[in-house]
Amino acid sequence: MLEVTSLNSFYSKAHILNDLSFSVGRGEVVALLGRNGAGKTTTMKSVMQLVRPKSGSVVFEGTDITGQPPHRVARLGVGFVPEERRIFTDLTILENLEVGRQKARSDAPVWTPEALFEIFPNLWERRHNRGKAMSGGEQQMLTIARTLMGNPKLLLLDEPSEGIAPVIVEQMAKTILRFKQEGLTVIISEQNLHFAGAVADRAVIIEGGEKKFDGSFSTLEKQPEIRDAYLSV
Amino acid sequence: MGLFVAQILTGLANAAALFLVASGLSLIFGVTRIVNFAHGSLYMLGAYFGITLMNTLPGAFGFWSAILLSGLIIGLIGVIIEICVLRPVYRAPELFQLVATFGVILVIQDLALMIWGAEDRLGPRAPGLKSVVRIMGEPVPQYDLALIAITPFILLGLWWLITKTRIGILVRAATQDREMVGALGVNQSWLFTGVFFLGSALAGLGGAIQLPKGGADLLMDLNIISSVFVVVVIGGMGSIPGAFVASVLISVLNVFGVAYLPQSTLVLMYVVMAVVLLLRPYGLFGREEKAGEHGQAGEPDRPIRPAGLYGRIAVAALLAVLALIPVFSGSFTQVLLTDIIIFCLFAASLQFMLSTGGLVSFGHAAYFGGGAYAAALLVSYSDTPMEIAFMFAPLAAGLLAILFGWFCIRLSGVYFAMLTLAFSQLIWSAAFQWYEVTGGDDGLVNIWPAKWLSGTNAYYYFTLIVGVGGIILLRHLTHAPIGYALRGTRDSARQAEATGINVKLIQWTAFSIAGALAGLAGGLFVFSKGSIFPNELEIAKSFDALIVVFLGGVKTLSGGVVGAGFMEVAKDWLTRLEYWRLILGLVIIGVVIIAPDGIVGTLRKVSERIGLRRTEEFMK
Repeated sequence: MLEVTSLNSFYSKAHILNDLSFSVGRGEVVALLGRNGAGKTTTMKSVMQLVRPKSGSVVFEGTDITGQPPHRVARLGVGFVPEERRIFTDLTILENLEVGRQKARSDAPVWTPEALFEIFPNLWERRHNRGKAMSGGEQQMLTIARTLMGNPKLLLLDEPSEGIAPVIVEQMAKTILRFKQEGLTVIISEQNLHFAGAVADRAVIIEGGEKKFDGSFSTLEKQPEIRDAYLSV
Repeated sequence: MGLFVAQILTGLANAAALFLVASGLSLIFGVTRIVNFAHGSLYMLGAYFGITLMNTLPGAFGFWSAILLSGLIIGLIGVIIEICVLRPVYRAPELFQLVATFGVILVIQDLALMIWGAEDRLGPRAPGLKSVVRIMGEPVPQYDLALIAITPFILLGLWWLITKTRIGILVRAATQDREMVGALGVNQSWLFTGVFFLGSALAGLGGAIQLPKGGADLLMDLNIISSVFVVVVIGGMGSIPGAFVASVLISVLNVFGVAYLPQSTLVLMYVVMAVVLLLRPYGLFGREEKAGEHGQAGEPDRPIRPAGLYGRIAVAALLAVLALIPVFSGSFTQVLLTDIIIFCLFAASLQFMLSTGGLVSFGHAAYFGGGAYAAALLVSYSDTPMEIAFMFAPLAAGLLAILFGWFCIRLSGVYFAMLTLAFSQLIWSAAFQWYEVTGGDDGLVNIWPAKWLSGTNAYYYFTLIVGVGGIILLRHLTHAPIGYALRGTRDSARQAEATGINVKLIQWTAFSIAGALAGLAGGLFVFSKGSIFPNELEIAKSFDALIVVFLGGVKTLSGGVVGAGFMEVAKDWLTRLEYWRLILGLVIIGVVIIAPDGIVGTLRKVSERIGLRRTEEFMK
């Protein structure tokens, strides 16, 4: 479904991603793991083309999307949920969802506000309120819901567990597993190994913009030295 | 009582066109973050197209269709401007976009001159609405009542569009975070173009709808733009209801001003704006700007360093040539060079606050003209000797800058720029309307230098020494601790504060220094010309300085000086042509798009590429 090959990305002159390659199959949930500054967010933004890679390619369902404007990537069915959430605080919750709305796709789950309110009941109660006075967890739900309104085939979740209460994190894990059941392909970036292990099928570990590990969580468990070298603080 | 009501009605009718233009500007700013200086030009074009169409289409139906058609045509012209001029510079810093839209003003001015000629056109009256209605005994034109009736529907229509439709939701979302809107699958380019169409169409409608009350002339563009800025800033950038309330407020205020305080009509508007900005820095309905939203785009600035040996030799050689000029050439060259040096000093003073301090001022002419007027007033009213009056120019301008700066530095970004504009307009309107003291349009004349400086040669040397001295002083300040601190506040105000720099104090100091040196240039100017007129305080004068700093290169130290020299020489040559504004405008737009580093920046890059200069290493 997604094929990333020898990606090199820069922020002005700082080299962030260094020949990064990985692939994601249809229906898979892949966790992108690594410390702060390892390049997780840049990887996601490079897939989305919010950061233009200097070299390398991103191929989504056979289409080379490298260098395409982000809105075209989104319209092909890639949904991005940014770490900073970026709610439109001047808009109501319903209006936020409207911004994300795209046409239905035959090969991806179709979402309506009603269906999303079922998953995130908190949002329903506040549907006419502006995005200003929301807790971190509610904001996170709204960004995910907003992105799902575009009926994506591939969902990029950047640090979904960051800055939200533990109860909500658990709820979030269940939600992601539900997306998987619906047939969504998901990439999540995480620092929380426990959370990642609970939802993902496979782990990709990056450090300094380079891939250090690519394999199942059971393999990772057998190699504690990798975990110690690239994940523990 | 009847008169009072009639005046309120006139004010409300005048508000119609102002609101249309202001809401368009506000809408465009909200989404694209571009302050479109050319918006007044679109209004002017709307008026001209309106007249042409009204003369072609017959009857009442023709009249109203002409207004709608003008809006449509101007909307399409706005789309052309957006695609050709602004799309290439969306990622550039704010100043570049401003300068580009200023280029558009020049181009449109000459195009309008070519098509419609220099004569003012009187607007046709609206068929069926030509007479007056008596309200409480006072005559009120029927057309005024029609405008008062129409305006709320336009407001309602815009409000519906913005709050209830998908387009409106996208526009509001993009106002807040356009990148995120793009990542959600919305094609931003078309959203921007659409907003530009709508905003421009509103300006065109405004121009056409005011025809029966006014007409069309070639000065409409800059005349309305300052009122529109005032309205948009008072109402809050990006707010449609704000634009409406402020349009009504300003229009009614103007009508009463004309009736009761005829000499302060212009001042009044800017006083209201200054007061509103002080109480509510983001306007009545505005939202606070998030810090960093308008941060610099593109690669980080190069570190500034003192000129090397070759640089110094080149400057010394240039100065030697300038010093020898009187030996070789006639007085014409000296007069031209005097003008150039004065303009260079003026531009260098702006560059000091703009490039080194990141403080973009739209009203720097206030200090140039202010200094000149201060000296001229002393000479005119108390026969002060020239030497003392001359020294008073930078002093007065400096004091003015200390006063205005105290207000301005509390704001940042667009609001800072707008407040500097308001203050400069305040000074301009005082000079223009306080006839008894300043002579108004007739200016102050017979302001000549002392005997020992009265020859062309002597004054040339005087200008050379003072002007170059001022420029060198500014350069030294840039390399002095205050210069470092100032650059710190520019690059990151928060971090500068955390390292113990008093950000506001540093900015205030820089503002005052820049003002004083602009005043010095003004002092040189007034004694070289022997007179001073209000046009030295106009917006156009402030823009001239902005443009030369930009042409020379914003991110360089010598950009202002080089740009000013280039511009004066180019103008001397260009103004001999009939349509020189068109050419200048196109050159400006071209520079913005093709060589955004300016003259100095581009030369530096080229010389690095061919190996004459070492590429400077930064951010390994």
